[in-house]
Amino acid sequence: MNLSPLNSPVLSVRDLHVAFGDTEAVHGLSFDIHRGETLALVGESGSGKSATALSILRLIEREGGRIASGEIRINGTQPAEITTLGASQLRALRGDRIAMIFQEPMTSLNPVMTIGAQICETLSLHLGLRGRAAHDAALTALERVKIPDPERRLNQYPHELSGGLRQRVMIAMALTCEPEVLIADEPTTALDVTTQAEILKLIASLQKDMGMAVLFITHDLGVVDEIADRVVVLKDGCKVEEGFTSTLFAAPNAPYTKELMAASPRLGEGAPVPLNVTETVLRVRNLTTAYGGGLFSRQSAVAAVSDVSIELGRGETLGLVGESGCGKSTLARSIMRLVEPSAGEIELRGHRIDGLSRAALKPHRADIQMVFQDPYASLNPRMSIRDVVTEPAFLHGLVDYQGRRDLALDLLSRVGLTSDAVDRFAHQFSGGQRQRICIARALSVKPKIIVADEAVSALDVSNARRITELLADIQQRDGVSMLFISHDIAVVERVSHRIAVMLKGEIVETGPTGQVLNNPQHAYTKRLLSAVPRLDRAQAVSGTSGIRSLAPALSAVIALNGGASYDRTLDEYKFDGY
Amino acid sequence: MVQLADPIMRLSKRKANQTNFIQKTAIAIAILLFASAFFAPLIVPFDPLDQSLLSRLRPPLGFERFAVGHWAGTDELGRDVLSRALHGMRLTLSLAFAGAVIGLLIGGTLGLIAGLRQGWAEDAIMSLVDMQIAIPFTLVALLILSLMGSSLTVLVMVLGIAGWEQYARIVRAEVRRLSALPFIEAAWTAGAGPIYIAWRHVLPNLISPLVVQFTLALSNIVILESTLSFLGLGVQPPQPSLGSMVGLGRDYMPTAPWIVLVPAALIMALTFSVQILGDWLRDRADVRLRDR
Repeated sequence: MNLSPLNSPVLSVRDLHVAFGDTEAVHGLSFDIHRGETLALVGESGSGKSATALSILRLIEREGGRIASGEIRINGTQPAEITTLGASQLRALRGDRIAMIFQEPMTSLNPVMTIGAQICETLSLHLGLRGRAAHDAALTALERVKIPDPERRLNQYPHELSGGLRQRVMIAMALTCEPEVLIADEPTTALDVTTQAEILKLIASLQKDMGMAVLFITHDLGVVDEIADRVVVLKDGCKVEEGFTSTLFAAPNAPYTKELMAASPRLGEGAPVPLNVTETVLRVRNLTTAYGGGLFSRQSAVAAVSDVSIELGRGETLGLVGESGCGKSTLARSIMRLVEPSAGEIELRGHRIDGLSRAALKPHRADIQMVFQDPYASLNPRMSIRDVVTEPAFLHGLVDYQGRRDLALDLLSRVGLTSDAVDRFAHQFSGGQRQRICIARALSVKPKIIVADEAVSALDVSNARRITELLADIQQRDGVSMLFISHDIAVVERVSHRIAVMLKGEIVETGPTGQVLNNPQHAYTKRLLSAVPRLDRAQAVSGTSGIRSLAPALSAVIALNGGASYDRTLDEYKFDGY
Repeated sequence: MVQLADPIMRLSKRKANQTNFIQKTAIAIAILLFASAFFAPLIVPFDPLDQSLLSRLRPPLGFERFAVGHWAGTDELGRDVLSRALHGMRLTLSLAFAGAVIGLLIGGTLGLIAGLRQGWAEDAIMSLVDMQIAIPFTLVALLILSLMGSSLTVLVMVLGIAGWEQYARIVRAEVRRLSALPFIEAAWTAGAGPIYIAWRHVLPNLISPLVVQFTLALSNIVILESTLSFLGLGVQPPQPSLGSMVGLGRDYMPTAPWIVLVPAALIMALTFSVQILGDWLRDRADVRLRDR
C-alpha cells in the first residue's frame, strides 16, 4: 500500500465546524485521506462522524445542518473546494468523484426498480451510457463486486436479494464511476458477522484494484483493525486521537481511546468460569415453534425453531449465538410464551409451563422476565418510570399502590439510576439508561431467570459494556440465571458460562464457553468465529498493515489460554462511567 | 451501532412546545364561540323565534335602515339574525358533539375489536368500513332522513354514524402497531391480562390520534349538519341551526346577504378554531412533548 506522506492527499478537511441549528455537532475537525488509503472515523453515536461524512458530500443541508466554517478540499484531477460549490457542480461531484455507501442496504435501494435499472440510472446520469452499453457496464459492475449469477440479478428487485447481496449492489453502484473517494458509513453494521467479513474483504480488494481513498465510518474497533490504515477517533465532535491503526491500537494515548478499547468486546477476552450447576431452573426439551401453516393455509408451516433442547442452571448464564433469522428470538419468545410453541416441553423450576392457560401461567411469569432489544420501544411512552418499573410487581400483587414509589426508587438505585428518574418519562432518557430501566422492571418481581434478547445490540460499546457488567453484578448478587441472546459472539463470551450456537432453528453446538470458542466442533461455529473482526494487538504490534488475512485467527485465542492475559490489560483501563 | 432515531425527539426539536400566535388566536375564538353558544339564551337580545313584520330584512349595524338593537340585522320574518345565529350555533354544536362522541364510541370499539382480534371479526368490521368509505355518506343520510323523518334523535344518529369508519381505521391501525411493540410484550410477560393492557397501555397511546380525529369529525359534522339542513332534511324550522339558517336564507342572498353571511362566518370560525384546538390539545396531551 502506498502511504508515502509526500503524496498529496486526495481529500483534505480543515477545521470543519458543522452545526445543527444553534448546536455545533463537529468542532474544528481536520484530516487528510490519501490515494489508496483507508481512513477510519471512529466514535460512538452522536460523536459527529456521520455529520462529517454528510458534510463532505454537502448532504448535510438536507438533514437540517450546515457547515459553519472550515474547508473540504478534493484534489486529484480537478481540485475543488467543496464548501463553495454550487448545486450543479455538487451533483457532478457526487457519485462521480466521491461516492457513498450507507448502513441500511434495504432502504438505500428503490424497492420498485430492478437492480439493473438502478445501476443503469447511475450510469446514464454520470457517464451518459444508454441501452446495450449501459446494460453491459451494469453487468461488469456486478461482476466487479463478485455477485454470483449477475445476469439474473439485473432483473431482480431489491427484496429478492439478501442483505449482503444488497450491500454488494450498493457498492457496485457507488463504484460505477470509479470515484476517487469512497465514503462508507457503517456499511456492515446491519449485516451478520459472516457477511460483514465478506463485505470488508470485498471493499479492501476493490480499493487495491482501483486505488481509491476510502473514508470508513464505524463504531466497531474490530472492523477498524480489519480494514483501516489510519484512524481518527472522534468524541463529541472533536478529534481525540489520530494515528496509524497498528500504532494507535498498540499504544493508545488519549484516555477516551483507551476507554473505547476497553469497552469493545473482543473475542478471547475471557469468559466466566463454568459453574457447578446444582439446580436446573429452566429445561427446554425438543421445542419446535412453527409459523404459518394451519388448516386453511396454502403455505406449509415454517419451523423457526425445531427440536431445540436447552438447560439453564441456577446462577448460570447461557449465551445463545446465531445470525439474524436463525430463530434465537423465536426461541426466547416461545420460552416466554409470547408465541405458542407447536411441540416440546418447557419446564420452569420443575413446573411444565407449556400449554398452561394465561391465568395458570401468571404465577410462573414472576420467575422469568425478559429484556428486549430496542430500548426505545420497550417502555410505554405515556407511563411514568415509577409505573413502568413497578408494573410487574404490581400485577403480581407484590406491591400496593402506595408502595410503588419506594419500590421504584429501590429498583432504580440497583440499576444505577438516580432517584429523580422516578417521576420522569421514557423519552427523557438515553438508550443505555432506558435499558437500565428495562432491567429494573424485570427485577421488580425478583425473577429467577432473565431472558436478555439482544439487550445490548442497540447500544454504544461503552454503554453495552456497562449494561453487561450490570447484568453480571445482578447475577452475582441475586443468583439470577440468564439466557443471553446475541449475534455478537464476543459479547456473549464476556458474560456466558456456557454457549449454545444456533443455525437455522437448531442448536448445532453447545458447551462451556471456553471449550466452544477454543475448540469448536461444528463447521458453522468455526465459520462464525473466523468472521468476527477483532482487535488483535499481537498482530497490530508486528506492524502488519494493508489487507489483512480474514482467514480463521483462532490460533490467537488458543494461545491466550482462555484470555488470561487480556483480563489483566482490561483492569488497567477500568473506567468509571463518564 | 444501529441508530434508532426517535421521531418524537426530532419533532420536538423542530417545533418548540410553546403555544404560538395562531394557536392562541384559535383558542380565544373557540372559547368565545363555545361560551356564546352555551350562554346564548342569557345573552341574546331577542327571542330567536320572535317575529316582527314591521322590521323585516333590516341590515346590520352600519348600513342604511339599520334597526336599533338588531346588531346583525333581521331576516325575512323580522327575526333577529344574531339571536338566531347564536341559538343555531348552540344546537349545531350540541349535534356535532353528540355525533362525534357516537362516532367515537362505535368506531373506537369496532376498531379496537378489529385490531385485537384477527380473523373473521376483523374482516367483517373492515368490510363495513370499506363499504362506508365507498358510498357517499350524504346520500345515505338523505335516504335515512327521508325514510325515518327528520327528528333530532334521528339526525344525531345519522351524524354519529357519519364518521365512525375513520375512528375504526385509525384505532385498528394503531392497535396493530402498538401490539407488536416490545412494551406491550413486556406487559404480557409481566402477567398482564388483555383488558389491563388495552386500558393501561393501548388506550393512553391512542389519545393523540383520537383527539385529532375527534376535532376533524367535529368540523365535518358541522358541515354535514349544515348540508342536511340546507337541503331541508336537518333541523326543521322555525328552530334555528347554522345550516338551516344558511339554507333558508339563500332566497334572500341578493337583497339581504347578512342572513346567510352571519351563520356562514360562524361555521367557518368554528371549524377553523376547533381544528387548531385539536392539534394544540394533542400536543398538550403528549408527555413526550413536555419539557425535557
